[in-house]
Amino acid sequence: MSHNQPSTFNFQLSLDTLLDWYERMWTIRYFEENAVSSYRKGLFGGSTHPCIAQEAIPVGAIAALAATDQVLATYRGHGHAIARGLDLKALMAEVLCKETGCCGGRGGSMHVCDVSKDFWGTNAVVAAHIPIAAGVALANQLRKNGRVTAVFFGDGATCEGAFFETLNTATLWKVPLVLICENNGYAMSVPTKMAIPLENIAQRADGFGLPGVSVDGNDPVAVFDATKEAAARAREGGGPTLLECKTVRWERHSAMSAGKFQNEEEAMRWKTADPIPRFVKTLQARGASDVALRTRQERAKRLTDEALEFAIQSKDPQPETAGDFVFA
Amino acid sequence: MPARELSMAEGINEAIRHEMRRDPNIVLLGQDIGAYGGTFGVYKGLFDEFGPERVRDGPLAEAATTGIGIGLAISGMPTIVEIEFMDFITIASDAIVNQAAKMRYFFGGQMQVPLVVRAPVVNRLSMGAQHSQCLEAWLMHVPGLRVIIPSNAADAKGLMLSAIRDGNPAVFIEHVRLYASKCAVEEADVPIPLGKLRVAREGRQVTIATFSGMVKPCLDAAANLAKEGIDCEVLDLRTLAPLDREGLCASVKKTGRLVVAHEAVKTGGAGAEIAQTALEGAFDYLQAPIVRVAAKDLPIPTGKLQDAVFPNSADVENAVRTVME
Repeated sequence: MSHNQPSTFNFQLSLDTLLDWYERMWTIRYFEENAVSSYRKGLFGGSTHPCIAQEAIPVGAIAALAATDQVLATYRGHGHAIARGLDLKALMAEVLCKETGCCGGRGGSMHVCDVSKDFWGTNAVVAAHIPIAAGVALANQLRKNGRVTAVFFGDGATCEGAFFETLNTATLWKVPLVLICENNGYAMSVPTKMAIPLENIAQRADGFGLPGVSVDGNDPVAVFDATKEAAARAREGGGPTLLECKTVRWERHSAMSAGKFQNEEEAMRWKTADPIPRFVKTLQARGASDVALRTRQERAKRLTDEALEFAIQSKDPQPETAGDFVFA
Repeated sequence: MPARELSMAEGINEAIRHEMRRDPNIVLLGQDIGAYGGTFGVYKGLFDEFGPERVRDGPLAEAATTGIGIGLAISGMPTIVEIEFMDFITIASDAIVNQAAKMRYFFGGQMQVPLVVRAPVVNRLSMGAQHSQCLEAWLMHVPGLRVIIPSNAADAKGLMLSAIRDGNPAVFIEHVRLYASKCAVEEADVPIPLGKLRVAREGRQVTIATFSGMVKPCLDAAANLAKEGIDCEVLDLRTLAPLDREGLCASVKKTGRLVVAHEAVKTGGAGAEIAQTALEGAFDYLQAPIVRVAAKDLPIPTGKLQDAVFPNSADVENAVRTVME
C-alpha cells in the first residue's frame, strides 16, 4: 500500500460517480463512529465491529456489481450494507436492536440483512457464510440467471476449514462467486504474520486452481477495477476469483474487545493510511470542487445522525414477538 | 391407490423421487450419491432420472457441502444433503446449528431454509466408536431444527414428504439396520404431519415411549409381557422436534406408567426430555417412577462388546416389570 498516493484513476468512471463513492465512504465512517459511541453510551449491548478505515473495499467492490448480484458479508458488515444501499435508519435501528430495525431488532449489529436489496446478510461465525455464498452462486448457475454472488470476509477466515473446502468445491464447479478477502492485518489480536505463512493471502488460490489477486484495499478504484474483472469472469462461466484487498483496521476487533494489539508506532502508521484523504487527491485531480466535497461530507453526517436519532427514538421489539420467525 | 410392500430405503427413495418430479428446484448434495446411489443405496435410480446437476456428487467436505446446501435452500432451491454416517454430522454442525437453524430468525423472517440433512445411523454392526452413535439429543436441543426419526418404510415416506414440504431445516435420521425392513406403503403421496406420534401397539397398563431402532425390540417386549398379563402401549414418537408432548401425556394419563427406550447413551439423551415431559404433563397420574432404557454411557465398541452396551428387548421387559412392581 502506498499510503500517500492518490487512488487509481479510471476515466470511465464519471466525477459524479466518484463523488457518490466519496459520500458513501463518509456515510460508513460516520455510521460506524455513531455505532461505537452509542455502544459506549450503553445504547445497545453485545458488541459492534467497526470497519473504519476499510470503507474503500465495500464501496469500490459493491459498485462493481450489478444491483441483482447477491452480497454476503461478516459481522464487520455495516459498510457493505450501506454500500449496498440499505436504509440507514433501519440499519442503525437494527444495531440498537429496535423493532424498526431491518431484521426486526433480533439480529443486532452482527446480523443485518435486506434481501430486497440483494444484501443476503452478515454472519457472525468466521468463514461460515463462505460456503453459503457458494450455494447461492450455485443456484445462480443452475438457474442460468446471469447473477454473481460476492462474499466478503477477513484474513482470519482464510485459516478456517470452511474457506478451504469452499475454494475447492466452488472452483471445481465453476460457480459464479467472487471471494473478497479484507486483509486488515489482524485476526482479533493475532497479526497475520503469526497466522499465515504467506506474503499475500491471494497465494492461497494457487493450490486450488483459481486466480488470486492482491490489490490496495484502501484504493476504492483499484478495488472496483479488480472486482469488475472478477465478476465478469464469474458471469461468463470462468468460476470464482480470490481477491485480496489489503487494508488496515484502526479500531479494536470490536467495541467490547479488551487488550492492546498494536504498538503506538504502528498506530501512527495506520492513521496515515486513511483511504479518504487519498481519494480526495484523486477527486481533486478530477476537478471536484471544495464545495462539492464539503456538501457530500456534510450530507453523510446529517443522514447518519438522523439515522441514529431515528434508532434512539424507535421502540424495543414487543416481548411477545420473541418467538416470531423461527419457522416458516 | 393400493399399498405395496416397500423397504424403508425404498420408501425414502420414493418420497424424494416424487418430490423431485413435482418440484424441479430440488437438489441433492453429498458424497457417493451419483451413479453410486448413496452410501447405503437410498438414491438408487435418482441419478439416472434427474442427472448430475440435481443429484450432485461432490468432494468430501461436510462443512462446505452443508453450507452450500443452505445457500441453495435460501435461494429457493430445496436441498437434501446426505451425511454418510450420522457421526460425521459433527463436521457439518456449524452449518446446521449456527446457520440453518437460526438464519430465518436473526434475519427477521427474510429467509426460508428448506434444507433436509439426511443422517444415517449405523449401530450394532461393529463399526466402532466413530460410526455407531445416535446423536439426536444434540439436535433436539437446537431451536429452529426439525428432528425426524422414523422406524419403518411407511412413516419414512410420509415424514420425508413432510420434511421437504415443510420448508424448514430438518435432520432426517435413518436407522441403517431398518433400511431393508419392509411394510405396506401407500403409492399415493400422503405426508405425515410432524409432531404426531404413532401408537404402534395399544395397551392399558404401561406406556413404552420409543423411536427408530428401538421400536421393534419394544414391540417384541410388549408381546412377551402380554403372555405374563402385562398390557403395554408402545408409542413410536417419529419426530423429536417437534415432540408430541400431548400424545405422550395422553397415553401416560391412561396407563399411569412410563418406560422410555432409545439406543443413544443415557446421559443427556432424548429420554430425559421425554420423561420430564410426562412429569410436567401427567405427574398426578403416575403410579410408579419413570424408567429409562438406553445404551450405557460409553463409546461404542466393536464385536461382541457391542451387546454389553446397547439395550435389547429383555432390558425393556425388565424395565416394564420394574414399573409394574
